[in-house]
Amino acid sequence: MSFINYSSREINCKIVYYGPGLCGKTTNLQYIYKKTNPDSKGKMISLATETERTLFFDFLPLALGEIRGFKTRFHLYTVPGQVFYDASRKLILKGVDGVVFVADSQIERMEANIESMENLRLNLAEQGYNLDAVPFIIQYNKRDLPNVVPLDELKKSLNPKGLLDFEAVATDGTGVFDTLKSIAKLVIMELKKGQEGG
Amino acid sequence: MSWLLYRNEEMLMLGSDLVMYDEEFKQIDTELNRLLAQANAKVVFVVDKNGQLIAATGETENLDTTSLASLTAGNIAATGGMAKLLGEKEFSILFHEGQRDNIHISIISQRVILVVIFDQRSSLGLVRLRVKKSAEVLSGIFGQLLKKVETGKGPGKAADSPFAEITDEDIDKLFG
Repeated sequence: MSFINYSSREINCKIVYYGPGLCGKTTNLQYIYKKTNPDSKGKMISLATETERTLFFDFLPLALGEIRGFKTRFHLYTVPGQVFYDASRKLILKGVDGVVFVADSQIERMEANIESMENLRLNLAEQGYNLDAVPFIIQYNKRDLPNVVPLDELKKSLNPKGLLDFEAVATDGTGVFDTLKSIAKLVIMELKKGQEGG
Repeated sequence: MSWLLYRNEEMLMLGSDLVMYDEEFKQIDTELNRLLAQANAKVVFVVDKNGQLIAATGETENLDTTSLASLTAGNIAATGGMAKLLGEKEFSILFHEGQRDNIHISIISQRVILVVIFDQRSSLGLVRLRVKKSAEVLSGIFGQLLKKVETGKGPGKAADSPFAEITDEDIDKLFG
């Protein structure tokens, strides 16, 4: 749910990075944090365990500039990927404006990808959203690893509808900003549509 | 979820974008300032349940209010999840006690979160008392805001909307 403040002329939107455990959601945010001008980012907050596994969420506020005189801010969140943190994942999806699904391209994580995608659909539905109607981008991460599933197979399993998707290597930043830009664009376009509609 | 769309029991459920107009923003700001003074607090702010900061006042210069807002909402969400498991509707007040500063968090009309940060110059009793009064006032303002948005009487619908003529180029420019 975006927040449009006509008083301070600001637009705030919420984007959630979703995906199975260890797929690279936090790494996406860390790369964005590292590469963003200090003036346009807030502190990155990671609620993680001692072994750096996300416990509740990571949070990164980004101020991107102005659209038609309105300061535009994106609040990026990740969910904890591990299966047993489902209750937390549901909470973080509340009020989401756009979702990035980060898939782990490794063969042995295919099942986890599919399970997480189903979990996303289910948890969104519980919050009253339809995954097919929410701004949504898929990122195939870890493309640099040797044991990856071929792209067309990934697409077939995870993106049968042919939505916008990107290959990525979040550790070196490949595809990270392409993903972010695309989801930001989809979210803003969706806002525009919503405003026109009512 | 979010703000408008459907009514359920006596409360307004949340269902679309949160919109803030100048008039209500000023009213909220006035009420927060009054609460700040009356409760002898350091900082007072309101956040929506999804973690967006709505307004803040007090000693905020060296405070990361954006992160605080997000964590507050996370805190309320987690506590709300616990309440649900226990069959409670919600836990409407949270209190965190520190060595120097304390945080009092309360839910207003089930949709926004009021946060008061205070130190030894105030007390939990005083904060609770003043929060209760302010909660009523703020609840009224947010009710009025929702009504405005629902009936489409606020400024900035159609023509005034920042989205009305937005182009791909505008969005590309955001990323330099």
